[in-house]
Amino acid sequence: MHLPTPTSVRSEEESHKIEKMKRVIRRIKFESELDLNFGERVADRAYGQKLLSCIQCGTCSATCPLAHYMDYTPRKIIAMTREGFKEEVLNSLTIWLCASCYSCYVQCPRQIHITDVMYTLKREAIQMGFHPKRLPIPILAQEFYKRVLKDGRNTESWLLVSLYVRTNPFIMLREAILGLKLFLRGRLTIGREHVKRRDQLHTILEHKKKEAPL
Amino acid sequence: MRYLYYPGCSLRSTGRAYEESLLAVLKALDIPFEELSDWNCCGATSYVSIDETDAFALAARNLALAELQSSDSTINLIAPCSACFLVLLKTERYLESYPHVREKINSTLDKAGLHYHGRVNVRHPLDVFVNDYGLENISKHVKYPLKGLKVASYYGCQMVRPFKTFDHSHYPETMDRLVNALGAEHVDWPLKTRCCGGSLTGTIQEAGLRLNRLLLKEAEKRGADIMLTCCPLCQHNLECYQERINRKFDEEINMPIAFFTQLMGVALGLSEKELGMHRLFKMPSLKQITHPKGEMVNAW
Repeated sequence: MHLPTPTSVRSEEESHKIEKMKRVIRRIKFESELDLNFGERVADRAYGQKLLSCIQCGTCSATCPLAHYMDYTPRKIIAMTREGFKEEVLNSLTIWLCASCYSCYVQCPRQIHITDVMYTLKREAIQMGFHPKRLPIPILAQEFYKRVLKDGRNTESWLLVSLYVRTNPFIMLREAILGLKLFLRGRLTIGREHVKRRDQLHTILEHKKKEAPL
Repeated sequence: MRYLYYPGCSLRSTGRAYEESLLAVLKALDIPFEELSDWNCCGATSYVSIDETDAFALAARNLALAELQSSDSTINLIAPCSACFLVLLKTERYLESYPHVREKINSTLDKAGLHYHGRVNVRHPLDVFVNDYGLENISKHVKYPLKGLKVASYYGCQMVRPFKTFDHSHYPETMDRLVNALGAEHVDWPLKTRCCGGSLTGTIQEAGLRLNRLLLKEAEKRGADIMLTCCPLCQHNLECYQERINRKFDEEINMPIAFFTQLMGVALGLSEKELGMHRLFKMPSLKQITHPKGEMVNAW
């Protein structure tokens, strides 16, 4: 996974290259290509219609510790969601880089639940198969989901192995020494943790009807 | 008042030292507790990224089980891991605030013979120690005051945000007050609630390492001897990737990272083994911290 160097440490030459790239890929989008109700539907899912009242002040982008790794800052994501740029939003790295630290959520002057908006967009992207291929974060989420659905608890060693198998098995070599160190200190377990009443858990998780996509 | 204790998955693997030290300290202070029987994973941030109803239902099962286990009118459920704490708290709050969520989740739980009535109060152990048990009582139990030890308390994000429970969401001070009660000094630093990146160190490592480097460097610059955390994932990130951060960014950071309960245990005179000190990468020596004269010379 290649990420652009953060703005603060970017060399002049590099920034020039990136600027040039941006100019090339920018294109006009006509209103007929947009999904105009997208914003309202997302706002509806993410607790209250507040998303639509965003004043574009940029506080979310300023407080976000990961903003400089994102392809669109959180402020832009909100603007684009509201205007109906569904494909761009659901294909973005931004929604996956959000680490749920809730900085923006507590700072937002309009009390928009931005972290919940990001979760809504993540779910949507997964359901529609939109996320960037081989990006480890959605794969981690999916593996975690499967792990817990099966056992009711998560076993970190199993989760990581399944993540690396699906993304890049060579990472296992890189992480082997760290894994061994943790194992020697009793911090990585090999046996799988699980709940006793799996039947009860499965009734809860599998009984409900799946939500329709947005 | 009897507490229910929800360990969470991380405290059974990478964060084992947290569980060991927490339980040892609870016992040393005679705080009664019992484990929530047959608890399941809280779902963390991943579950809600896939399916929201499942995520709430998964967390709500734990709340419903707590109501089965205890007959108290308000059940205090201790969740030490920040992610578990937030997920359970968020479920508790959202079920309370949004009737449509509550109905949906309860109809799901009903199918499995469970029901959530809203009696659970999710608590973080830090809150329990400082606000229920009290700093004065803790000071009374301190056998070895940690004189001269400079501590940077790192709270992480999810314990203080988005809900304001017992402390400020950007500049909390509960852990600092606790550290002072143990006889140590706290370091004022601005990054105490800045994100460590969570699982990014395992997925997009580049980004994760940069975030952790920032935290470690700042704590070092402010003269901290040790960083204390209250989350197994923060502890894992800050400790286990330190070597890699040093190599990648050409730094020489050498910062011990412990759980706040471990330092409490040290001051209370518990043994290294009870506190899970042997599970840390940089093993601090208790003899040096608890120097007979009560003075400490760069022991960690």
